[in-house]
Amino acid sequence: MAETATPTPETLRAKRASDLIARATRAELATLIDTLGGPFEARPLRGPETGLVMVRGRIGGGGAPFNLGEVTVSRASVRLASGTVGHAQTLGTDRQKARLGAIIHALWQEAATRDSIETRLLTPVEQRIAEARGHARAQTAATRVDFFTMVRGED
Amino acid sequence: MYVAVKGGETAIANAHRLLADRRRGDRSLPAVSSEQVIEQLALAVDRVMAEASLYDRDLAALAFRQARGDMIEAIFLLRAYRTTLPRFGVSSPIDTGAMLIERRVSATYKDLPGGQLLGPTFDYTHRLLDPTLLEDGPVEEGAERTETPEAVMRVSEILAQEGLIEGDGTLGEDEGGGDLTREPMEFPMSRDLRLQALARGDEGFLLALGYSTQRGYGRTHPFTGEIRIGEVEIEIDAPELGYAVSLGEIRVTECQMVNQFKGSAKVPPQFTRGYGLVFGQSERKAMSMSLVDRALRAREFGEDIVAPAQDEEFVLSHCDNVQATGFVEHLKLPHYVDFQAELGLVRRMRAEFEAARTASESSDRKEAAE
Amino acid sequence: MGLESDSLSGGFHDPVFQGQAVFRLVMDAMARPGTLQTVTDDTGAPSPLGIAAGAIALTLLDHDTPVWLSVRLQKSALPGWLSFHTGAPPAPEKAEARFAFIEAGAPLPSFGLFSAGTQEYPDRSVTLIIEIASFEGTTPLKLTGPGIAGGRIVHPSGLPDGFLRQWAENHVLFPRGVDVVLTAGDRFLCLPRTTRISAGAL
Repeated sequence: MAETATPTPETLRAKRASDLIARATRAELATLIDTLGGPFEARPLRGPETGLVMVRGRIGGGGAPFNLGEVTVSRASVRLASGTVGHAQTLGTDRQKARLGAIIHALWQEAATRDSIETRLLTPVEQRIAEARGHARAQTAATRVDFFTMVRGED
Repeated sequence: MYVAVKGGETAIANAHRLLADRRRGDRSLPAVSSEQVIEQLALAVDRVMAEASLYDRDLAALAFRQARGDMIEAIFLLRAYRTTLPRFGVSSPIDTGAMLIERRVSATYKDLPGGQLLGPTFDYTHRLLDPTLLEDGPVEEGAERTETPEAVMRVSEILAQEGLIEGDGTLGEDEGGGDLTREPMEFPMSRDLRLQALARGDEGFLLALGYSTQRGYGRTHPFTGEIRIGEVEIEIDAPELGYAVSLGEIRVTECQMVNQFKGSAKVPPQFTRGYGLVFGQSERKAMSMSLVDRALRAREFGEDIVAPAQDEEFVLSHCDNVQATGFVEHLKLPHYVDFQAELGLVRRMRAEFEAARTASESSDRKEAAE
Repeated sequence: MGLESDSLSGGFHDPVFQGQAVFRLVMDAMARPGTLQTVTDDTGAPSPLGIAAGAIALTLLDHDTPVWLSVRLQKSALPGWLSFHTGAPPAPEKAEARFAFIEAGAPLPSFGLFSAGTQEYPDRSVTLIIEIASFEGTTPLKLTGPGIAGGRIVHPSGLPDGFLRQWAENHVLFPRGVDVVLTAGDRFLCLPRTTRISAGAL
């Protein structure tokens, strides 16, 4: 967003947490909740619900936006007994995953649980993704064409 | 006249039961799972998602199974499902420049920055049926090659450095984003809406139209500037958080077609572009889309509109296969009363025809007799 | 972070069934102009928005319906509440709004500044949700038109100044025009553009 000021370090940390929670599997989230001593009391504020987000592309790759098509998204907002509010949104139709994500997002904002969420969930998910992307990149790189010149001449 | 009739409930219920039976097929074989479809028939899933205009692998695989592999039926199912969901918002425009690339080729430059990356392509296969697939033997993993990541520049940027190619279209940042799922189609249609229609259009229809431009019906002298396939990030503004959240990645295919343009009184000769962007891995569709996108820009470039692929009303009104199948297939539904009316009409016209012929014959005879 | 938690509370606890129930009330009220409907659930809409207006907002607004708010509503917690619960974007201009909410006692903007739809698409018009003092006023108004057998008498109290004049002008635009929902606390009635309002008893 053009009008947004430079994000603060805390906003960047919060965005990283939200982004990684979105990419965690439901099993990873459920395991973490257990480890943290859950289940936790969480009152729903919105959802969990599944809806659509219209994906936009750009004409020519960098021009004006156009609508490419929609993608399913599930989201949830909850309030813990402590009053902390958590939000989560993720691709797909797994509403339960969105709810667990919202609880973890709320717990991440609380000093007592943030560190263990960082070390037990966010860092491992980040590593898992980096590894998968590394493999994908290396597999693609192996299909790179290395041209070599057979003959070059004017005749 | 209107006649209401009832009946057929048992026939319909039994037909559905028979459909379920045939869909399951031989019970001694294991049922196909959605996971198997997603993993092993991935391109079918991609096509269903692209033409349903809804990206969700699990639902697309379910639709594909439910439709017994009938693509358009599966697309129809997914389109119907999408109408039941609320829309949460629109994403930030995806950045195909930041794609995690799985394939990238250019037919215009051999040694372009970022190189030619073949990826998982059917190209260079011999198109010989492979009986080893019948045996479900072990399959090697893809080879890996470690190298320092290199920026994968767009071909359009290379040509743009010399001013030899047009930019990314003429629409401004605020002019795009029209949505034909919300507003009825009106012609002429701006390019953002045309691209939305083409992105969800039928692959076969667009392929045939793209082919027709190559055979001379609206020729545009195309070169494949670049095709890239890979994953891009989906990001959406979350007002309740105060920042944009990245929801995950989707796979898309992008095609930049480079076309010759002889120039006009105002514009020097340069290359123009057609653009294709499709959900999933489908370069045939992305290429066809970019050919048709360029053909549909005929008016913009002052070109004569002489071919079907250049006629936006023709192309955009007929490229949606769910609409098309709805109208074609409705013909099999009861038209008993309409047909009775037509039958009455034809009988009356025949009677009039006979009467006229008898009259003219008798007058001919009369003239002959005179 | 972000919005105050006031904007996050409330809403439908059962969006599908509550939304359908309120939709049914609004549909009946539009079909039979002037009949009073009562909303039973308090959705916790931030004041000064009333209970009925809050439930109607949750039912009818979504991501595709830009919403315009009168000045006091704009300064309340309502924008954040609507954004969180309905996703409706704020309309920068009145003409772009599909719904507009006006609190009790606020000056009534000119209907002409809002969209009245087009001849081809008269549905692309605004619906104004106007809060008034009560439906137990002393001045009777007679409603006639489609959906009303004979005539129907209503007693709105605290109608904004100039409402009746603007309503008469609105009627001339048909099939274009704006539609109105009058709310007072948990009760509301509808005035579709087809309804004529005249002074006096039956």
